Amino acid sequence: MIPACPLAALPRGEALRIETDPPIAVFHTEDGELYAVDDTCTHQDASLADGWLEGCEVECPLHASRFDLRTGRVDAPPAKLPVRTHQVVVRDETVYVVPSDLPPNLPPGVRTGSAADA
Amino acid sequence: MNSVAIVGASLAGLSAARALRAQGFGGRLTIVGAEPHRPYDRPPLSKEFLAGQMTTADLALEGDGEDLDAEWRLGVAATGLRQGEPLRITLADGSAVEADGVVIATGAVARTLGGDLAGVHTLRTVEDAAALRADLDGARRLVVIGAGFIGAEVACVARTLGLDVTIVEAAPAPFARALGPEMGAALAGLHEDHGVRLICGAAVRALSGQGRVDGVLLEDGRRLDADVVLAGIGARPAVEWLDGSGVKVGDGVVCDAGGATSVPGVVAVGDCAAWFDPALGAHLRVEHWTGAARRPATAAATLLSGGAAVPDALAPPYLWSDQYGLRVQFAGHTLPGDEVSVEEGDLASRRFLAVYRREGRTVAVLGVDQPRSFTRWRRRVNEPAVAR
Repeated sequence: MIPACPLAALPRGEALRIETDPPIAVFHTEDGELYAVDDTCTHQDASLADGWLEGCEVECPLHASRFDLRTGRVDAPPAKLPVRTHQVVVRDETVYVVPSDLPPNLPPGVRTGSAADA
Repeated sequence: MNSVAIVGASLAGLSAARALRAQGFGGRLTIVGAEPHRPYDRPPLSKEFLAGQMTTADLALEGDGEDLDAEWRLGVAATGLRQGEPLRITLADGSAVEADGVVIATGAVARTLGGDLAGVHTLRTVEDAAALRADLDGARRLVVIGAGFIGAEVACVARTLGLDVTIVEAAPAPFARALGPEMGAALAGLHEDHGVRLICGAAVRALSGQGRVDGVLLEDGRRLDADVVLAGIGARPAVEWLDGSGVKVGDGVVCDAGGATSVPGVVAVGDCAAWFDPALGAHLRVEHWTGAARRPATAAATLLSGGAAVPDALAPPYLWSDQYGLRVQFAGHTLPGDEVSVEEGDLASRRFLAVYRREGRTVAVLGVDQPRSFTRWRRRVNEPAVAR
């Protein structure tokens, strides 16, 4: 379990990038839900934490692919592959992420271990 | 409407096919493409693909297993369109496609310098990119003619490969048409930081060389040595095939704000189309990826409704570019005389967000390495002016 931030440091409507490998984005929706997905868009190298959060969807800041934060599903292209989701746990007013065991769907040219390039 | 033919099998054509199916069109769908390839993504051609970080397979636009239930006619260009019921499209191999509705998505063609010297390139297709890359490997000096985004991106990749790079621009400032002179100069500074020589206000008189290019001659008498030349001097809409069809053409196919052309049952999308932009009060041909991806949904609704659908509000034109590891993003449309102010970061650090305003209204936003702020500012482009 990776500590992300104090809950108070992530207001509703905001997102946070955790510098794991690959990085993870944590979102706090306007409805008060917390979700975590891989931060890198599955289409091309862009940070989803920099994207536009609307309901349970995030829109990639670069090409406007949309992902459902609950499932990682692609709701709008150009992305073709879902983004990997992670479990979020809040304990003692701190946000934690339980990283997924599944392989990530990283875009061409981006590999784990190359996060310093981003 | 029982049948639709889409002429053009790149991003705009594919997006039109997806939109038609998503909006419930169940009839016969034919997609005609002049290139022999399935739809592929062009922006990486001057970036990751040219740099060798993406393969041809990575460029594919269709998803695995995606099936639009369409008949693909690839590797054959359209040569004419004849009005009537049905509409009739003639193809270069002598065959024809008949359909009740037509989507024109034939894109644009790179402008060339003329001549047939080896080592002189344009960049539009995957073959162009592969040929340019092959020529850059082993070359020492690249001259880029035209300081636009494609030229700048190629300059950037060539610097990474260790080439000596000069950009020649006829206008007094680089990137001025897209970004205005002030921000154009700021972006030019980024290139100079990375050792690119930039010569502005210089027209090209001729290319020199025997069989293969060896230099670029400028009108002021200067000569620039070159092993490779890239002409990044824009593109013209691929609309000659519409001559005599009755489809009204200006700078591109003239369309209303929903993509309808002057001929009933015919819409146009992508780089070949000049849609009426209500925010500007004029027709504007936009060569950006986002327009080619998004506007076909509006055009499909126009086509399927016979023009009765009320078009969605146009999203402002948006472009992005990757230069020296910095992400450059621009949304909106700037005109001479707009006020420009840096709202975040600063020009000297090359990381900034600039806002363009006209009569108090935000008309465009430029971000260099500011993706998060850009995401927020972009949504304010073309909102009504608010009293401050």
